[in-house]
Amino acid sequence: MRLILELALTHIAGRGRQTIVAILGVALGVGFSIAMAALMQGTEKDFIAQLVDTMPHVQITDERRTARSQPAEDLFAAAQFEALRPKEDRRGILNPAAATASLRSWIPGRMAQSLRTQGVIRYAGRDVGVAIIGIEPEIEARVSSVAGDFVQGSFDSLRAGGNNIVVGDSLARRIGASTGTTIQVVAPTGQSRGFRIAGQFHTGNVARDEGEAYVLLKSAQILSERPNAINDIRLRLDNPEAAPRVARQAEAELGYKAVPWQEANESLLEALVVRNVVMYTVVGAILLVAGFGIFNIISTITHEKARDIAILKSLGFTQGNMRRLFLIEGLALGLAGSLVGWLIGFLLCFALSQVEFRLSGAGVGREMTRLPLFWSPWHYAIASAFALISSGVAGYLPARQAARLNPVDIIRGAT
Amino acid sequence: MSLLIEAEHLTRILPAIVPVSLVRDVSLTVSEQEFIAITGPSGSGKSSLLYLLGLLDRPTSGTLRVAGQDTSSLDDDALARLRLEMLGFVFQFHFLLPEFSVLENVKLPMRKAGRLSSTAMRERAASLLEELGLAGHLDKRPDQLSGGQRQRVAVARALANDPHVVLADEPTGSLDSKSSEQVFQILQDLVKKRGKTVIAVTHDMDIAARVDRRIHLVDGAVVSDERVAQAAV
Repeated sequence: MRLILELALTHIAGRGRQTIVAILGVALGVGFSIAMAALMQGTEKDFIAQLVDTMPHVQITDERRTARSQPAEDLFAAAQFEALRPKEDRRGILNPAAATASLRSWIPGRMAQSLRTQGVIRYAGRDVGVAIIGIEPEIEARVSSVAGDFVQGSFDSLRAGGNNIVVGDSLARRIGASTGTTIQVVAPTGQSRGFRIAGQFHTGNVARDEGEAYVLLKSAQILSERPNAINDIRLRLDNPEAAPRVARQAEAELGYKAVPWQEANESLLEALVVRNVVMYTVVGAILLVAGFGIFNIISTITHEKARDIAILKSLGFTQGNMRRLFLIEGLALGLAGSLVGWLIGFLLCFALSQVEFRLSGAGVGREMTRLPLFWSPWHYAIASAFALISSGVAGYLPARQAARLNPVDIIRGAT
Repeated sequence: MSLLIEAEHLTRILPAIVPVSLVRDVSLTVSEQEFIAITGPSGSGKSSLLYLLGLLDRPTSGTLRVAGQDTSSLDDDALARLRLEMLGFVFQFHFLLPEFSVLENVKLPMRKAGRLSSTAMRERAASLLEELGLAGHLDKRPDQLSGGQRQRVAVARALANDPHVVLADEPTGSLDSKSSEQVFQILQDLVKKRGKTVIAVTHDMDIAARVDRRIHLVDGAVVSDERVAQAAV
């Protein structure tokens, strides 16, 4: 009803300073929650992007989700076997050429196979346990993020000689070696060979920089005495989000465990969910406080306008009219606050996006120089919805009170 | 003459630790075109009776019919509707909305009723105000007017929806004698010229002496209800 709306706006307009404070309360709440949501989601996306960037999207290893059934069990379905000594599996992905060929035919992205084994790097009397990864340099470079993190040399440097190795820079520092140094690599099989460091990389991930060494696939196969074997296929998909689906399909096809990045980082992703819950709680709290501001102004108005309420009711306005009047006032404040809040949120986001800072220090790989912000209309919508709900509630409570006022009490009180 | 208000055994008890009887067993009828004064010492329940008759308050017991309708069976919204259409109020204090102009204040009940177009409402409000001698003040705020002028605006507002009954609670209570006289004249004209019924609570004996009918209350009960033969004015 236009009349009610007009009355509501007149009431609000009649209280300039208080109205501005209440609107600002909501606006700051909305603005900060928008900025916070943008920052939270921005950092989340940035984090996931880095995760997706550094991890293979799907990793297929020579493991199985459940222990393989034994041949005896296959033969005699009805019998129960006790103390059966399992047949020893040949480690590695069986028939790797066929497996990779069939994967290559349908996978939407690129893939690289490798042989991963444990080893010890020995140099100048120091022993360091590392993962020895046998790769094919030109394929690996298309799949692994390490390719972009070389400080010296590259994956291609491996090609320059049969006994070349690339290691993380921390590892090199730890054992006191530098590019060009020849180090001893000892495999679990007892094989020991000298490798010349042909390159160093720095990913920023200490575990990798200290614990990974890349050699040619052939060298790794020789070291672990498993000719033609691979035990690790890594996929890099065009669309990282498709990883779980691709993993399921690959697993069904090959029978080997295929782990999408989401599964590999489940605990991290769960932490992000918790972070979001925390964020929404804080945002909710901010807007709740803003709601109290609205509650405050509207109950003040209802008290101050008790005479108006009395006269309007005596003129023939109903309780419902009065309730609506103050509810509209609350919502109007909430709406005005939302709109101003959008502006504040937008400006805050803009300001935050301009902030530049440098993470210095030797151990830092990727330097984050700008705050990652993610812009989404949803942030604006959710913050406003929150604000409108809280202002609606904040308006409704005093409105109900005011509507119940008995005009006689007020008229009597005035005389 | 048809009966506008019929009250039978109206009683209003204010619930409290010691309940207070505001109005006790009042029976009366009000017809068209009557000018009634309710008098009595302060605290005798004059205003309480007026609020009951004006449907602002509900009786604890007794029945009240307005325009033939039994009001005890109506809910608050129906009572509000009845007030809007049948009754107009003038209080001791003007109770005008301070943020709205004089004209807007008078239009308010019409807008609530929503029967007239906006130009018709404006015309009606303006003509009411002009008749009450406020022609030059239509766009002023209530606080720019004198007490007597404000009370006349309140009368115009009470008349906005052309009610059958105007209920006035000490309409001259806060006015000087000159303004009081003006307001009284206006109320009297409502009865004589417009055929309205006016029920006014007053402790002003001068006014009480000049109405058609006087209802005297003591301790919430009617002690006398007399029609006064008026010399032609």
